[in-house]
Amino acid sequence: MNEYLLIIHRDLISKDAAPSPQQMQDVIKPFQEWLGGIAAQNKLAAPPKRLDTSGRVVKQNLVTDGPYAEVKESVGGLIVIRAKDYDEATEIAQACPILNWGASIEVRMTVPNPNQ
Amino acid sequence: MDASTLLPNLFRSEYRNMVSVLSYSFGIKHVEIAEDIVSDTFLAATETWCVTGVPDNPRAWLYAVARNKIRNHLKRDALFEKSISKDIAHTTPSSEEFELDLSVKNIADSQLAMMFTICNPLNAAEAQIALALNLLCGFSIQEIADAFFTSKDVIYKRINRARERLKEENVPIRQPMSDEISVRLPNVLMTLYLLFSEGYYSLSQNTNLRRDFCDEAMRLNMLLIDHKLTDTPATKALYALMCFHASRFDSRQNEQGEPILYDDQDDSRWNQALITQGTYFLNFASVGEEVSRFHLEAGIAYWHTHKEDTTEKWSKILDLYNHLLVLEYSPVAALNRTFALSKIRGKARAIVEAEKLMLVDNPHYFTLLGHLYSGIDNKIARQHFKTALTMVTSPASRATIVRNMEKLYFDGSDSLS
Repeated sequence: MNEYLLIIHRDLISKDAAPSPQQMQDVIKPFQEWLGGIAAQNKLAAPPKRLDTSGRVVKQNLVTDGPYAEVKESVGGLIVIRAKDYDEATEIAQACPILNWGASIEVRMTVPNPNQ
Repeated sequence: MDASTLLPNLFRSEYRNMVSVLSYSFGIKHVEIAEDIVSDTFLAATETWCVTGVPDNPRAWLYAVARNKIRNHLKRDALFEKSISKDIAHTTPSSEEFELDLSVKNIADSQLAMMFTICNPLNAAEAQIALALNLLCGFSIQEIADAFFTSKDVIYKRINRARERLKEENVPIRQPMSDEISVRLPNVLMTLYLLFSEGYYSLSQNTNLRRDFCDEAMRLNMLLIDHKLTDTPATKALYALMCFHASRFDSRQNEQGEPILYDDQDDSRWNQALITQGTYFLNFASVGEEVSRFHLEAGIAYWHTHKEDTTEKWSKILDLYNHLLVLEYSPVAALNRTFALSKIRGKARAIVEAEKLMLVDNPHYFTLLGHLYSGIDNKIARQHFKTALTMVTSPASRATIVRNMEKLYFDGSDSLS
């Protein structure tokens, strides 16, 4: 089993990007059910972190308001799961209901530390 | 009431009160002396009361005799005086003036202080529970062994080792300080939770004893609610959880002592007073930001006090299990979550999720699969029930599985699969 980072990207900067309260309601239950399903398999490696939607972008001599201004798909959430390979991690990610709302998920394996 | 019926109850409650108060005064190093004095007192009571009858105020009698015994002990035993007098925290260290304070308040203070000493992660959880049952609740080694389904010897060793460990580290017996509550209280609550579960789920046939364990866990939990520092939302949530479970205590068994499953229980026998009390405490627990596992489990238990199968009930239960699992994984929660999922999303969908759980060492995994496949594919269902049967030994669990298999034959849908 390795740990995989699921990075949820969604559009936070377009004008109509913010979901309506109703849309939020619609997505929250399926999302929690999806998480519960991962947790039920004991494959949730860390408590999920919700991210604030504004943030800051820091460059060498410049700090601007975030989220990261040059791409439409900002990071909306981070989830660390356990899976045996990329195929399994991808399959878990594919079931995420936020994908239906235009989000995308980047799946990245954490590189095992050779000293451990 | 004659001595033989009065004594066991009185002994249990007064044993724990006096041992706590004395240990609170003497410190953890001298717990044995506290126990010896209290045991001597009860021996004297047994002997005297059999001859003269039970006095009008047996408690006052016990306290007076215990006081005398301590004074004598302190006078007689120079070594005792030397070693203990400097440890006595709350009284003048002179034998003549030593006053055993058995007021309601000091008993409560002593029990609270002892709770924090005993529920210490220095010892494994099962050792903490055994020690709590013995010192805090006054159960005998034999009673604890019965409940844990093991021998007296095992429990005796477990308690002694745990006690030695606390002495080695010289863990103080004192009121919890406000800055340590957030670190220490979760472990105390967890031990009470396990103590309650020990009574609620014990395989022991001794129903009275099991109920006493549950009552004791609730009594200690109430002590925490009554104390300003330990009265947190999680403390109240745990109490609510215990109330909801305890409300079904009487309806879980038939007259032959066989278990009655939830679906077959007569809900008119559920204790409404306890349900009301649980609801009251759960409401008060639901302030602030904190959502502990006790909140979530109390919520699940609350919905189980509604017998009727409604979409709302199972959708709330599913939500709560989803939260609980994200907070803390456990196989039981994973299985129950999947059961709740089947009520909302249907058996076919639940089967897909159940088969991912891979809890192949757990008989309940196979009974869950058996249940989910019932009516969908009875051949597979029967196979899962059979696997479960090979994994359980208790007659009650076996009977339950066999009943489920029999239902498959009555279904008639067998031929379709």
